[in-house]
Amino acid sequence: MKGFVSLYRKELHCLFASPIFYVVAFTFLIIAGYFFYSNVAYYNIVSFQASQNPFALKQLNLTEMVLRPYFLNLSVVLLFLAPILTMRLYAEEKKTGTIELLFTYPLSDQASVAAKFSAVVSAYVVILAATLPGIIFLHVLSEPNWKVVLSGYLGLFLMGNAFLALGLFTSSLTQNQIIAAVLSFGLLLMFWVIGWTRSFVGEEFYRFFQYLSLPSHLDSFTKGVLDSRDIVYYLLFVLFFLFLTLRQVESHRWRG
Amino acid sequence: MIHAEGLTKYYGSLTGIEGVTFHVGQGEVVGFLGPNGAGKSTTMRILTCYMPPSFGSATIDGLDCFEQSLQVRSRIGYLPENVPLYTDLSVRRFLKFVASAKGVDARKLKGEIDRVVAVCGLDKVAGRIIGHLSKGYRQRVGLAQALVNNPPVLVLDEPTIGLDPTQIIEIRKLIKDLRGEHTILLSSHILPEVAQICQRVIIINGGRIIATDTPANLTHQLQKSALVSVALAGEASPALMGALHDLPGVVSVKRANDHQGRFIVETDHTSDLRPQIAKMIVERGESLLELKLMGLSLEDIFMQLVTEEKVQEENSS
Repeated sequence: MKGFVSLYRKELHCLFASPIFYVVAFTFLIIAGYFFYSNVAYYNIVSFQASQNPFALKQLNLTEMVLRPYFLNLSVVLLFLAPILTMRLYAEEKKTGTIELLFTYPLSDQASVAAKFSAVVSAYVVILAATLPGIIFLHVLSEPNWKVVLSGYLGLFLMGNAFLALGLFTSSLTQNQIIAAVLSFGLLLMFWVIGWTRSFVGEEFYRFFQYLSLPSHLDSFTKGVLDSRDIVYYLLFVLFFLFLTLRQVESHRWRG
Repeated sequence: MIHAEGLTKYYGSLTGIEGVTFHVGQGEVVGFLGPNGAGKSTTMRILTCYMPPSFGSATIDGLDCFEQSLQVRSRIGYLPENVPLYTDLSVRRFLKFVASAKGVDARKLKGEIDRVVAVCGLDKVAGRIIGHLSKGYRQRVGLAQALVNNPPVLVLDEPTIGLDPTQIIEIRKLIKDLRGEHTILLSSHILPEVAQICQRVIIINGGRIIATDTPANLTHQLQKSALVSVALAGEASPALMGALHDLPGVVSVKRANDHQGRFIVETDHTSDLRPQIAKMIVERGESLLELKLMGLSLEDIFMQLVTEEKVQEENSS
């Protein structure tokens, strides 16, 4: 991992110097804010109705009505925006030729993959952290279940890692950022809809596909359940795509 | 210091270079000369471990470029063609990355950056974003990143391309100042440049090395005849030219196009006929303005080598 720290710093500088990060963060936060607002507003209306109807009061649940849909909504927004965040990582270096510098400095390929991934994950954490004021706002007005909040964020963090690892891989395949983004989005979408196959595959296949599906593993997190299967799934997903990226980057050294 | 043995690189069915073999000794400055697409960059990319050769091997300081890539890379400063740089970063920020990537000790980082900034004359622009710099400054930043950590071997791919004449002179001076401490391999298609900076020239064409020698030796070897340029005050009479032609050792006498009284006497390689020519002109009462021996320029040598190569190829096929 020779040179990880210097590469990581450089990646952060490049990420935060490019307008892409700010556009993605801005868009993500606007949409996140909208979803948060609409969920809270809906909860508000229902709680007004519940004040007249004691039966409905039992159904009133901040976790089920605000937090859970909020986390699931954010995961969908992320599906669209993560590819934009990752598309430049390798593709831009290939296009501008700086890859020639990167590959001729005494830096290991592992360090370059790890640094690029860590940097983009850091940027993602910054974006996620910027949604926290909403939750604090909720805490001031009501009593959200903090365990659900934490597990929900952990779920979003892990899922985001999976998205970014896949995006890093597609970025290493091409020198065109658009192609990298489209490939990454297409693959993520496939991993998204693969769990919707119940109607036309057998039960065993369905369960297998369900296991492969990205969103199905987020569900438990948003309920406040930490299931080791889900954590392992996301970690394996990340490791698998980081491994593929490393192989792809290394192939440069021996391919004729 | 640099050893290339039979380097061959195929790009699919295209041949980039074929059987390129050369050695560069410690502290030597060697110029890699060739037209565009001759294989200069390909060779340099193999030497700097950017890409592997299809066949052959390259070693730097006894280390194999393919097997011991990391060690080789820590001994090389490389300026790639077209000078790719991280245009979003400031000059100082970029050099800081380069220095830490090349393993400069954190405590010496600032000193090292200040050194290369000073050497390359980047003081004025050190705080600016690379993307906003002019071509000349970018080129210097490219050179600065190659010099960081004082690597023993410098590989510079067309270091002066795209610069204005003053900048070219500055960069050449910079490279000349680096001689001695560093082993330098630089490529160029500008011939006088190579003649000025380099002790030895490797001429490459169509992916193969066609000549390796010092600029002076190359001139000597290839000069089959000597040319003497003569200028008279008035027009040269045909009688005089005829008489000159009859001198022993003279091959031809031709009028030059640029000046009425100027003509060029071609003599065979062995004899210097200048005294005889002067004597004859003065005896005939003409006023002699100028008499000089014309050497072959590197351009001539280069053209000669490249055309010879073509003729040989045609003959063999």
